[in-house]
Amino acid sequence: MLRFIIRRLLLMVPLLLGITFMVFAIVNLVPGSPVAQFEANPRMSQEDIERIRSNLGLDEPWPKRYVIWVGNLLHGDLGYSYINGVSVTEQILAVLPNTLLLTGTATFIALLVAVPLGVLAAVHRNSWFDNLVYVVATAIGSVPTFWVGLLAIILFAVKFQEWGFPSLPVGGTSSFRDETGLLDRLRHLILPAVTLGLLSIASWLLYIRASMLEVIRQDFIRTAYAKGLGGRVVVYEHAFRNALLPLVTLIGLTLPDLFGGAFIIEFIFSWNGMGRLAVNAATSSDYTVIMGAFLLFAVMTLLANLLSDVMYAVLDPRIRYD
Amino acid sequence: MAQQTDVASNRSMLADRPARDDAGALERGQLRATPGFYQRAWRRFRRDRISLAALVVTILVVAFVLGADVIARYVTGHDYYTGNLFDQFKPPLTDGYILGTDVNGRDVLTRLAYGGRVSLLVAGLAGTTALLIGSTIGAVSGYFGGVTDAVLMRIVDVLLCVPFLSILILVAALFRPGPVALAIILALFGWTGVARLVRGEVLSIRSRDFVDASRVVGATDARIIWKHIMPNIVPLLVVWMSLAIPGLILTEAALSFLGFGVTIPTPSWGNMLQGARDYYTRSIANVIIPGVMIYITVLAINLVGKGLRDALDPRLND
Repeated sequence: MLRFIIRRLLLMVPLLLGITFMVFAIVNLVPGSPVAQFEANPRMSQEDIERIRSNLGLDEPWPKRYVIWVGNLLHGDLGYSYINGVSVTEQILAVLPNTLLLTGTATFIALLVAVPLGVLAAVHRNSWFDNLVYVVATAIGSVPTFWVGLLAIILFAVKFQEWGFPSLPVGGTSSFRDETGLLDRLRHLILPAVTLGLLSIASWLLYIRASMLEVIRQDFIRTAYAKGLGGRVVVYEHAFRNALLPLVTLIGLTLPDLFGGAFIIEFIFSWNGMGRLAVNAATSSDYTVIMGAFLLFAVMTLLANLLSDVMYAVLDPRIRYD
Repeated sequence: MAQQTDVASNRSMLADRPARDDAGALERGQLRATPGFYQRAWRRFRRDRISLAALVVTILVVAFVLGADVIARYVTGHDYYTGNLFDQFKPPLTDGYILGTDVNGRDVLTRLAYGGRVSLLVAGLAGTTALLIGSTIGAVSGYFGGVTDAVLMRIVDVLLCVPFLSILILVAALFRPGPVALAIILALFGWTGVARLVRGEVLSIRSRDFVDASRVVGATDARIIWKHIMPNIVPLLVVWMSLAIPGLILTEAALSFLGFGVTIPTPSWGNMLQGARDYYTRSIANVIIPGVMIYITVLAINLVGKGLRDALDPRLND
């Protein structure tokens, strides 16, 4: 097991290198440059612009800049923002916990809803419940998340306040007032997390239903019934545990989609997280922040994949990688 | 009688033919061909009422979108870019605006039709391109194996490391592509799913006897892949396409909503929502209508995909 983990970590290194190259290449292929904002200004002289360019190191050949960037990367130095000069690492570390909180809560909510419903739907196959669950899951999974988020804000934040119901806040991670306690944080968290979790609920629900159906069909389940074990025991102890295994892998594999969804959710709800940081950086062409943020997303994705593979090996004694 | 037990499972096949002991059927011209794979699949599809309804809805949406010019000329009388600022935020069904107007006084129904063209064009083009790229790479990788396979799958791994939406936002925000370029970009990052799928299928088919037989007869690799392996993969590709297109519609809408996809003034369902977001206090209809359109289209195509999957799957003993 340890050898497997170490081997995977070693394999991650060339992948990470490839990703740094891809991100760097994309950002540097873009027409225009960080000093483009100055070039439009008639009061800036050409030599000033050149001076700024050489100060920023932008007139070096790009392989040299790439090597410098990766070298600094290994020291944890991601450079400084072109827009406000703050260290990129600082900015990212400041907002990363918020994104993790949002994604984690969304995963938790999605699991809470998807797993019981999926199991029940599989156990009562082809009943009205199963069909209903299937249709509802497809209906939920087809919805544009940003639209639902928008409607949710309009309904729960704006309209509820108009109508005098207790309302949820419009956005942000916490209030500016004195009441920054747990309840306040929860009030801010619930709408974004549920919206983010919707898509996951749909796909995991269908997946665990299919997985349970496959497991139930197997011989050892029939044996369990033949032994005289009750329905509950068979389902929850035998079928469920086996059906859970592919779900663990699926969660690891779809975690990147959650990060992607977080971009939009954070944008709509003004949630101060990495997605919003990256979107703002992309809009304002802040190249260093863009590179740093996307690199971090890639690293988190790789770690999520590794985690899901390891969890699968841990949970399933039949799997031995070395 | 022994024959009947063998073919008992193909009862639907038998239902189309006259009884086996009717020897004169051939002469009388009453013998019909056994329905082929696709005909049987279509019959299965037809029996699923939800999928059928979804197919009808999809066709209606496509017709609506294709007929944007007709709608603009005869139904609404407005085009999609001229706005009358005195007519801002009209609610639906007032003053001859069937679905109301947006912030610039432009007719929402017309913009919905034209915007649908852009959204569906991007999604369709992206899906088709991704299909072409991915199935080629997957087939080559699965068929030839070895170093080619290893190299190609490494590339797939690198592409899969970055979350799809993130890299799209990155590229779209930096390069600000038009609709066609956007579709190509979507395809460039989205072909990995098909590639893996096709590679798996090709791996399993390539070891079958009829492939060996073809090779013995002297068929070239290209011919084997094209004429023998690919036709077996087509159902899979059809299902993939029907599930990928809704995702692409949603992705394009999300990108346009953020401001990175199709940019104004070209309408698209996503950037209609972006415009509506700032003014939701003035007109809720502007927020609801494009979203409903996206939702209905995506849901319909998803349900058609579900029906296709059930119809084309040979392992039907559920």
